[in-house]
Amino acid sequence: MSFLELKNITKRYGPLTAVGDVSLSVAKGEFVSLLGPSGCGKTTTLQMIAGFVEPSAGTIRLDGRDITRAKANSRGLGIVFQSYALFPHMTVFDNVSFGLEMQRVARAERRPRVEEALALVHLSPYAKRYPRELSGGQRQRVALARALVIRPPVLLLDEPLSNLDAKLREAMQFELREIQRKVGTTTVMVTHDQAEAFSISDRVVVMEAGRITQIDQPYRIYEHPETEFISRFVGKTNLLPGRVAAARDGGATVSLAGIAVDVAAPGLSAGETVTLCIRPEKLRLTAPADGLLAGRVADRFFLGSQWLYHVDGPLGTVMVVTPNDGTPPVEAGAPVGLDWTASVVRVHRGALAEAPDPALEMAV
Amino acid sequence: MSASASQALPDDEAPERRVRSAPLILSAPAALLFAALVLTPLLLTALLSFNQFDYATGRTGGFTLEHYLSVLTDGYYLEIFLRTFRVSALATAICVVVGVPEAYILSRMSNPWRSVFLLVVLAPLLVSVVVRAFGWSMLLGPEGPVNGAMMALGFGRTRLLYTEGTVIVALVHVMLPFMVIPVWTSLQKLDPAVEQAALSFGASRATAIVRVVAPQILPGILSGSLIVFGLSASAFAIPGLLGGRRLKMVATVVYDQYLSDLNWPMGAAVAVLLLAANLIIMLTYHRLVEGHYRRRLG
Ligand SMILES: Nc1ncnc2c1ncn2[C@@H]1O[C@H](COP(=O)(O)OP(=O)(O)OP(=O)(O)O)[C@@H](O)[C@H]1O
Ligand SMILES: [Mg+2]
Repeated sequence: MSFLELKNITKRYGPLTAVGDVSLSVAKGEFVSLLGPSGCGKTTTLQMIAGFVEPSAGTIRLDGRDITRAKANSRGLGIVFQSYALFPHMTVFDNVSFGLEMQRVARAERRPRVEEALALVHLSPYAKRYPRELSGGQRQRVALARALVIRPPVLLLDEPLSNLDAKLREAMQFELREIQRKVGTTTVMVTHDQAEAFSISDRVVVMEAGRITQIDQPYRIYEHPETEFISRFVGKTNLLPGRVAAARDGGATVSLAGIAVDVAAPGLSAGETVTLCIRPEKLRLTAPADGLLAGRVADRFFLGSQWLYHVDGPLGTVMVVTPNDGTPPVEAGAPVGLDWTASVVRVHRGALAEAPDPALEMAV
Repeated sequence: MSASASQALPDDEAPERRVRSAPLILSAPAALLFAALVLTPLLLTALLSFNQFDYATGRTGGFTLEHYLSVLTDGYYLEIFLRTFRVSALATAICVVVGVPEAYILSRMSNPWRSVFLLVVLAPLLVSVVVRAFGWSMLLGPEGPVNGAMMALGFGRTRLLYTEGTVIVALVHVMLPFMVIPVWTSLQKLDPAVEQAALSFGASRATAIVRVVAPQILPGILSGSLIVFGLSASAFAIPGLLGGRRLKMVATVVYDQYLSDLNWPMGAAVAVLLLAANLIIMLTYHRLVEGHYRRRLG
């Protein structure tokens, strides 16, 4: 049963369509993330749910009630703004307490609740400070505490953790998930950090240029990206242009720069131009003669728990990620073989939009 | 390599010295102009106020505190000073009450209308205060349209001119842009999301304005009221034309001393006292309000 429902929501600014025809339904207690590159309309979508931007078309329903044109202060949502929007003239304590005051919570009850919320975001010692006396990450946590303390039925979070260090961010992600589990808060979070979206969401909504391109569970988005854009935007990937040499029942043979590769994808026809996507961690390094392809390690990067290799071969530069199992890594310049199983290869129809740039893919 | 680096050192210091003196040099023309056009007359006025005056010969010279003593001890002057500050304070208060919402509404308008109304608010600045004062005196005079309307409604002829109320209304009319502009400027600096945040917590529009917007634009209101109060307390044309002989204010008394009584030292003494009182009131107000908000708004 959908609790929050967007139906064909569109927002136009003059000739620019910031959000186009977005439909999304979020179940009660679900945690949904909007993931997409900068400027793709995530904030605009959230602001329409919040009631600060009026949709040009479409309807928004919350708990069965049409709130498309309802006033923002009648919606009862907890919001973390991308710019934090703290009250600069109030102390941290008063900032957090403001929402409770508006709910007419008795003063005696407000204090423990504010203190609890501040403790949750590790800001108890800062209660008496003013926002301008805090660091960026501390301000962000005040914004989070301020939204959480009112225990709203729906939380709208616009990049709520973007300014925190890795450790704190992980802790906050865990807390958000805990709260959402315990209280059953329906949460819509905007992020452009895919790891964050994947680790705490029930479902991820990928947006591109104002439109939704895929709504799915994190695992499925990663393993079965529906478009080449998603496979490139989500995680690292090797994109290899090829042509179908022969089609079989439930599979095909694709020729890549003269090498025949078997794929498990139905419905392809011979002669078609396709793009193969292979995640770097699905490739295995083998002895030079054992792999499906032979190549040479051009470069290697230490990622802590993993090694990332750039392997030059007949298909150009291919990225390979192997777990760091404690054994010595392959040296740069060493000849290697590349091996994979047919089932890990994803096939997108059509040619590459633009030449894949491994350096760009690196920037996660 | 290292030799040339050490040679470069003394040279490196020179531009720094030049940079340090740059603020002085750059502000010198304005400082000189200010000194010549403002401080010199002020100093001369202050010196003049200590001169002796003789009604028979009109000669001035020597040194005396007599003028200050007579202003400070005479109930007549005290009343005029009190009236001046009462009128200015009321005009300032009304400007806050009218100008702040006006600026807020202006800032919420969307663009074609905002420019139009901003122009409407500022347009009076383009018309001379004297012209506007005459406008008010025609409007409110015994034969003016206001009295005409009141007679038609059966209220009888009312004396509107030469009252404190009229002076205050005209002052508000003249001073309003000086309140709207600074408030408008501080509203421009506000992040609209902050007000939205208040609304998202269920605050009513009024609560959001009182609790969240108003405290943030307080510096604007503060500077607006200082400007309005200062200009009102030393206003001459409005009280002169609408208060007349009967309703004297400090600036008109100074004028009378200079041009009717020809008692320049007395006029100078009143002017210096007005300046001093104005300064004391404004600095106190500034300290009270801004001291309260310094830590919060930085
Ligand atoms: N008030 C506005 N007027 C005109 N265009 C706007 C307005 N607000 C947003 N846009 C445009 O709409 C598009 C989507 O903006 P939005 O803020 O939703 O992006 P976003 O996905 O949140 O990006 P980011 O990740 O950088 O925050 C952008 O191209 C932006 O320039
Ligand atoms: Mg955004």
